[in-house]
Amino acid sequence: MSTLSRHIESFGALLLAVIWISPLLFAFWAAFHSTSDAVNFNLSAPWTLDNFRVAWEGAPWLKYFLNTFLLVTVILIGQFIVTTLAGFAFAQVQFPGRDLVFILVLMQLFILPEVLIVENYAMVSRLGLFDTILGVGMPYMASAFGIFLMRQAFKGVPIELHEAARVEGCGWFGILWRVYVPLARPTYLAYALVSVSTHWNNFLWPLIVTNSPDTRPLTVGLSIFGAPENGVDISVISAATMMSVAPLLIAFLVFQRQFVQAFLRAGIK
Amino acid sequence: MAKHVDIERRRQAIYGWILLSPAAILLTTFAFYPSLATFWSSIFSRETRRKPSEFVGAQNYTDLFADPTFWKVVTNNLIYAGATIPISIAIALAMALWANSKIPARGFVRTAYFTPTVLPMIAAANLWLFFYTPGLGVLDQIGALFGLPSVNWLGQPETALWAVIIVTIWKEAGFFMIFYLAALQTIPEDLKEAADIEGASRWMYTRRIVLPLLMPTTLFIMVNALINSVKLIDHLFILTKGGPNDASKLILYYIWEMAFAFFDAPHAAAMTILVLFVLGVVAGIKFTILDKRTHYQ
Repeated sequence: MSTLSRHIESFGALLLAVIWISPLLFAFWAAFHSTSDAVNFNLSAPWTLDNFRVAWEGAPWLKYFLNTFLLVTVILIGQFIVTTLAGFAFAQVQFPGRDLVFILVLMQLFILPEVLIVENYAMVSRLGLFDTILGVGMPYMASAFGIFLMRQAFKGVPIELHEAARVEGCGWFGILWRVYVPLARPTYLAYALVSVSTHWNNFLWPLIVTNSPDTRPLTVGLSIFGAPENGVDISVISAATMMSVAPLLIAFLVFQRQFVQAFLRAGIK
Repeated sequence: MAKHVDIERRRQAIYGWILLSPAAILLTTFAFYPSLATFWSSIFSRETRRKPSEFVGAQNYTDLFADPTFWKVVTNNLIYAGATIPISIAIALAMALWANSKIPARGFVRTAYFTPTVLPMIAAANLWLFFYTPGLGVLDQIGALFGLPSVNWLGQPETALWAVIIVTIWKEAGFFMIFYLAALQTIPEDLKEAADIEGASRWMYTRRIVLPLLMPTTLFIMVNALINSVKLIDHLFILTKGGPNDASKLILYYIWEMAFAFFDAPHAAAMTILVLFVLGVVAGIKFTILDKRTHYQ
């Protein structure tokens, strides 16, 4: 009985896994086959790279890749600087009003940038950042989530190290840079993976703030490319989709453990 | 001596505020000020070429409450939340229990579950488009094997919202799974042994011991899922554009449409304030009730 139920469970788990991965597998298969072969599930059909050629020529993908790459880099650098400074202040510096400000920061977890699109759009335009990569990235730099994460990491640093560095004549910035930042490396890595995959995938805000191929990230480019008005077919859209998810997907498959750990570290506060 | 302490304290305060200033400036610019500005613009009328904007009080809100589309969208969002949250949590729990037990091909199973999480929602929508395409799509082809007629999943009001809901569940369940997986690994082995000695069945052990121990994780996931049910709308842009007949339109999509397609900022602002209010209530519940009862480290 027990072995039977075990077999049933294994089967259920595998079945669910196959169902879960099937949209991706199908798109992968469609991307390498002609449209009619793809929709007819012609398993003996020849493989082809034509769809990739057509998709590649259909949009400035290289530019989109570069924009996405720049965007996640700009956001990450901004987040590292802002959240390190703020996290350190909240963890190790005593000053009046700190707890109140911390509550304000935590409130931002619920004031989603996604919900404030209208006013943030007005703000970005006012600052002259409309249709710039900085404009897409800036609202995400002071991430409350990141500040919270850094605060937790810095709180775990033994005060003896802090004192020792101080005795050695290190200033505040020196202590932060030489003691706290190196010790928080795992947190930085986890935060970086979560941040990069979030912003690599972000769509709504870049859609609003970008207006030209020069700034548009992959997700927005992909949505324009895939619009039915363009009359592109299943195989070509699959090829474009595969192209745009490939870097992150490959990174995920190679560094799977780190990715999962990162989401975990970042999620469990 | 006292003076020295005083100077030190003042110096700390200055350092503190200097360190905080980048975050404070950015948060004010992109979160706090926009929230207030949204409220402000929600109590003024729309500026047109003939009429300048003027104070209208709650008019924009009463307009919304009288607008059947608004209620349609709110209902849709409630159905969307009401379906995606429990179903994705239930699937995530099943996934975690399986991925944590000794089954063959465990590595593949875990990867398969988690992969949708790292894909952009826009790409996910593209993949699913082929499942839903009438006639050619995978769903219809499978249906045809069983002699079922072709269904326009995205094109008819009865199924459009559900098609969107399924994509969301597919995207989220694997993400929630990892939190359960982590929680499961903290449950001590001897609890299982004790249950075995007592002769408790696996189902009994799961229901009486595992599930209660997972409660804090479930609450954490629920808050996240609730926020996501407002936030996750990217696939609408590819799959349905809120249609047909607003059947799959969700509140954030409606805000976007109101502001950037109909250029009606005041009504978009009023809706934004209502969403912020709801999120504020969720935040209040989380910080006051849940955080006292749960204990993430």
